[in-house]
Amino acid sequence: MLHPITPEHYLVLSAALLLIGTVGILMRRNAVVILMSLELILNAVNLNLVAFGKQHGNASGQIFAIFIITVAVAEAAVGLGILIALFRNKETVLVDEIDLLKW
Amino acid sequence: MNLYYTSTDHFVLLPAILLALFGCATLLFDFLVFPDPRQRRWLLICLVLGEACAGIRFWRQQEFLNAYGGELTAFNGALTVDQFGLFFQWIFLATTLIVGLISYKYLEVREEHHGEYYGLLMLAQCGMFFLACGTELVTIFVGLETMAVTFYILVGFLRADKRSNEAAMKYLLLGGLSSGFLAYGFSVLYGIAGSTKLRVIAEAVSARNAWDPILLLAIATTAVGLLFKISAAPFHMWAPDAYEGAPTSITAFLAVGSKAASFALLMRLFFGPLGSARESWAPLMIAASILSMIIGNFAAVTQTNTKRLLAYSGVNHAGYILLGLIAGNPTGLKGMLVYLLIYTFMNLGAFLVLTVLTRKGLAGEDINDLNGLMQRAPGYAIWMLIFLVSLAGIPPTGGFFGKYFIFLALLETGHTTLAIIAALFVAVSVYYYFRLIKAIFIHKEEQDTPPLATSLGIRLALGVTGVLTLLIGVYPEPFLRLAQMSISR
Repeated sequence: MLHPITPEHYLVLSAALLLIGTVGILMRRNAVVILMSLELILNAVNLNLVAFGKQHGNASGQIFAIFIITVAVAEAAVGLGILIALFRNKETVLVDEIDLLKW
Repeated sequence: MNLYYTSTDHFVLLPAILLALFGCATLLFDFLVFPDPRQRRWLLICLVLGEACAGIRFWRQQEFLNAYGGELTAFNGALTVDQFGLFFQWIFLATTLIVGLISYKYLEVREEHHGEYYGLLMLAQCGMFFLACGTELVTIFVGLETMAVTFYILVGFLRADKRSNEAAMKYLLLGGLSSGFLAYGFSVLYGIAGSTKLRVIAEAVSARNAWDPILLLAIATTAVGLLFKISAAPFHMWAPDAYEGAPTSITAFLAVGSKAASFALLMRLFFGPLGSARESWAPLMIAASILSMIIGNFAAVTQTNTKRLLAYSGVNHAGYILLGLIAGNPTGLKGMLVYLLIYTFMNLGAFLVLTVLTRKGLAGEDINDLNGLMQRAPGYAIWMLIFLVSLAGIPPTGGFFGKYFIFLALLETGHTTLAIIAALFVAVSVYYYFRLIKAIFIHKEEQDTPPLATSLGIRLALGVTGVLTLLIGVYPEPFLRLAQMSISR
């Protein structure tokens, strides 16, 4: 028997993505992977927005999603820029070796 | 639904347009018009001019609101200029201007003087504009990220300094996490209301039970995102690291501007659309507030780096300001505004004195670097004493009135236990502020240190912050009236 896919399904999926992203940020050592986890969280948000936009039948959700994609790109660009500056000075991207400041 | 760019829209948005234009122009001037490092002062003048132009426009808005009352809504409800928003715009304006003035000498000393710095300051302020005046989720989120991304760059501005790189990386990763949580909360709020306008969301939220699971999800994620931004415990881990590694002038901007902007958003959301679900978020805020006071105070006691110490003191202050939200009555709201206003000047002043201590090859961030400041520079020592006494909340300085209204609001609403806990922690905080005072006045200088890195701009900023910190404490009426006016609609 086939069940229709309701907004609740999307909500559960996006909550799972949020959780995976958060765990990724807190647990992974490699800064590049952490930046990827960050993108995962923002994609969870996008999924939510598009699903709710469909449910409510208005375009605000999709427009919000486009803005979030734009912001995510800006954040990733700055993040990678800082990472390169850090790599030049410290020759590592592993966050547990980036320990000059007490964590 | 109005599809055109009206004169009201223009009137409301013009300060932000001016800030963005001057910010971008400064970026261009940096390499097109003033490529010579000795011409950097013109970029600072650009910043002052930009702030003056934006200030004139804010003043026009203020005149309009004073004359006609109410609020100005633009872009079909995406932006609202009211007394509350304007109150914060003045704080942001003062902060950016003072940070610009104290940066010039500091960046020269650190040998990282680049023109884009002044442009970025204005762009960050442009983001803050939308945080205080945005009444629509997309606008708020884009404003928040404009501010946050600019801050990531500014924190890592000392490109050759490993600690600055590291601070920027940590701030970016945890700041990104908090923005993600906040955006998630926004997306669920949109799901609840079917609109991104705060007015519609307020109706949808009040129609629901406060313990509705979807609403709880939205509130929890939004609250976590905002608690990160205001550096309240247990989401404060980024603050000490970012504060320590960042250039000291940016630490001041981060501690004051970013915090005030995040509080503006917090108050807009939690007194506005989420206000009807108070019973479900109040326990969360109480926990965050008490934890902030515990962690902020006890961690600050053990610090030897002054910037880290002030970072933990900032965590502690965030806990106090949150108490006003917990009380939730008009006195609490007024208390939060007064507290943020005073916090701006006393904290900027304290960081300003720290920037002066930075000399070539001397970070000036250790508590011992303050030793004997009284003999070397009595003026700075006495102003620093006033800032620290004010941070501790002792009369006759401004800091006392910030705490006074918060306590008053707690007692009015029957949160006696919370008021007692908060009062006890004032005693703890006095201890570590007086450690700094002891270093300044009692300890002797160990060896000959180079003279302080002062300039006319720094002395001017010191005078303004110092006089205002004292003035608010001695003659608070006009400032209280300003805060009172900001909460009356």
